[in-house]
Amino acid sequence: MGDNPSRSGNHTAGDLDVTPRHARGAGSGVSPSSHEEPPIGGGGALPKKSRFSMETGFRGLSTSAGAMVLVIIVAIAIFLISKAVPAIQADHENFLTYNRWSPNEATPAFGIAVLALGTVLTSIIALVVAVPIAIGIALFLSHYAPRRLATPLGFVIDLLAAVPSVVFGLWGRDLFQEPVRDFSVWLNHYFGWIPIFGGDGPFGQSLMLGGLVLAIMVLPIVTSLSREVFQQTPGMNEEAALALGATKWEMIRTAVLPYGKPGVIAAVMLGLGRALGETIALALTLGITWEISFNLIQTGGNSIAANIANSFNEANDTGRGALIASGLVLFAITLIVNMTARAIIYRRREFRDSAA
Amino acid sequence: MSLLDQEMPEVVMTPDNIRSKKFPLVQNILVAVVAFVVAAVVVLSTGIGNWVLVVVLGGVLYLAGLNFVAGRVEGKRAARNRMWQTAIYTACLLAVLPLASVVWTLISKGAERLDGDFFGSSMANIGARDANGGAYHAIIGTLEQVGIATLIAVPLGVLGAIYLTEYGRGKFATTIRFFVDVMTGIPSIVAGLFVLSFWVLVVSKWFNDGNPQYSGFAASLALTVLMLPTIVRSTEEMLRLVPGPLREGAYALGVPQWKTILNVVLPTAAPGIVTGVMLAIARAAGETAPVLLVAGGLSRINFDPFSGGQSSLALYVYQQAADASKYAPARAWTAALTLVALVLILTIAAKLLARRNKLTR
Repeated sequence: MGDNPSRSGNHTAGDLDVTPRHARGAGSGVSPSSHEEPPIGGGGALPKKSRFSMETGFRGLSTSAGAMVLVIIVAIAIFLISKAVPAIQADHENFLTYNRWSPNEATPAFGIAVLALGTVLTSIIALVVAVPIAIGIALFLSHYAPRRLATPLGFVIDLLAAVPSVVFGLWGRDLFQEPVRDFSVWLNHYFGWIPIFGGDGPFGQSLMLGGLVLAIMVLPIVTSLSREVFQQTPGMNEEAALALGATKWEMIRTAVLPYGKPGVIAAVMLGLGRALGETIALALTLGITWEISFNLIQTGGNSIAANIANSFNEANDTGRGALIASGLVLFAITLIVNMTARAIIYRRREFRDSAA
Repeated sequence: MSLLDQEMPEVVMTPDNIRSKKFPLVQNILVAVVAFVVAAVVVLSTGIGNWVLVVVLGGVLYLAGLNFVAGRVEGKRAARNRMWQTAIYTACLLAVLPLASVVWTLISKGAERLDGDFFGSSMANIGARDANGGAYHAIIGTLEQVGIATLIAVPLGVLGAIYLTEYGRGKFATTIRFFVDVMTGIPSIVAGLFVLSFWVLVVSKWFNDGNPQYSGFAASLALTVLMLPTIVRSTEEMLRLVPGPLREGAYALGVPQWKTILNVVLPTAAPGIVTGVMLAIARAAGETAPVLLVAGGLSRINFDPFSGGQSSLALYVYQQAADASKYAPARAWTAALTLVALVLILTIAAKLLARRNKLTR
């Protein structure tokens, strides 16, 4: 009701004000984005635009809701830093290169070397396994499968993305561990001369198990994003390739893949962001050790997020600060990865819009 | 007389030699059989692996053989086309396998404790030797936390989206849009750490005589941080689909912009917005890490989300998975089944609603 506070005044003033009131309403309605300008016409007889109308109130409300996103991101950075700095100052070792985690002692000593390495290695394994398969499925859904099959299959892939990570972690630990252990033993027996497959066991809860479970979790994201860009390939390009005599694969290679490349890269980056930040699945599947090791199949491995989940319960004040510091590193890494991915998508969108 | 007849008079044009040669299905199957038999003989005679290796090696041999044999019949390019097609179909099969395994395990292992006791009791006073115990407290926790998070995130997210579509112009709006996208990728554990360092360690002290306090509300705040960007994004997309003439019609009738948004734009986009919100809720209900850090993981029933800690279904799964009791895995799997059922029902309902949405069609 408060959108037009002059209304009550108008009623008492009588008939003369009716026309100006209409003129003002139409004026503000036609150009809603220019409320600051006075309405045209009326020769100064129009009521002044009130400073505190419902319109400005609503506008301010929605603007502040939008600004809330920025506030939250800045607040995350500020609060994490404020808790992390005292802990890092109390650290008796180099935070970036030390490879043990004992922040709860009288002389706290902790570093994220092992954690960062494990985070990166599991994510790399996940991407190496998931990306080719995801692109294959995306191509299948967009160009090979008949519509009747593609729709339900795409639906199933989307459902796979909705399954909580703790379920995948539980499945990875209770079920997937067996086959991965057998595979690790086999790899160790025949390819033990390659350092990453070496070692004398035990095998099982390894970086490979964690990486493969992550791969299954990343797969749906990369698939659905890639499928979207593949489906957007201009029909003209595809038909032109086919008209020149290309086989279906040649059409995909020359028309679909180059067109979709930036989109696929962005999808992979988003998947990477997801893999880097994954917590519970890794906390359940990795065999938590504190050795810097590139061995993929021996029991061991650790990651920043998994370590936060695992050591949170027995952490004291400095311990919590140390975990928050490691979380800050994770936040920075994922922020960079995500911003890069988004920048790629945005540039591509501008490119497409200007071309259209 | 056509050009072809002049140059190559000996070629008689029949449907058979106009069409390019096709690689017959029988030969295709033959190649597959030979490949897998060779793989089986090689693997099993040398004893370097079991049936899994036979399948993998057979698959590789089949692809190579297909490329070679089809290449002799159809030509190199057509053969390569065939090989890639087979590889893409295989990728699809590979992805369905883990999903099938997860679903099968969930149902077979989760059914074990699917009884009234599980849904009617908590983990209070349940020791390592007790076979009973349930997830009542966790279900309450999940519902309350997700409910509060929805109450905070939906108005905030929808208003933010309204700003982005209806009011936002220039650099500020672009910046917000960019950071909404970036915020979508914030790891859930970082959201948990943020609420830990902001609410639990600082603000909650003011209400609790200077002691930090874990609570279900803190978990709701963390879930809000995770839900907000998803809701803003999906709502923004829906609002953009509302046809411009609808707005212009309202403006032409002298309706102020805020009334147009509330009475014309939002109702038109409502089904799509609800879909986005339901997907965000499904996502939030499955989050473990933030709840683990800030809710406290209480094992008894606590209806009050503002004090005294709570648990949640996802956290319950994680706790039971880490428990050494021999009865814990059964509880973990049943809770996982419950959680997946909850999340999938929400997701499927959201997708069905989206299919009925007139704007996106």
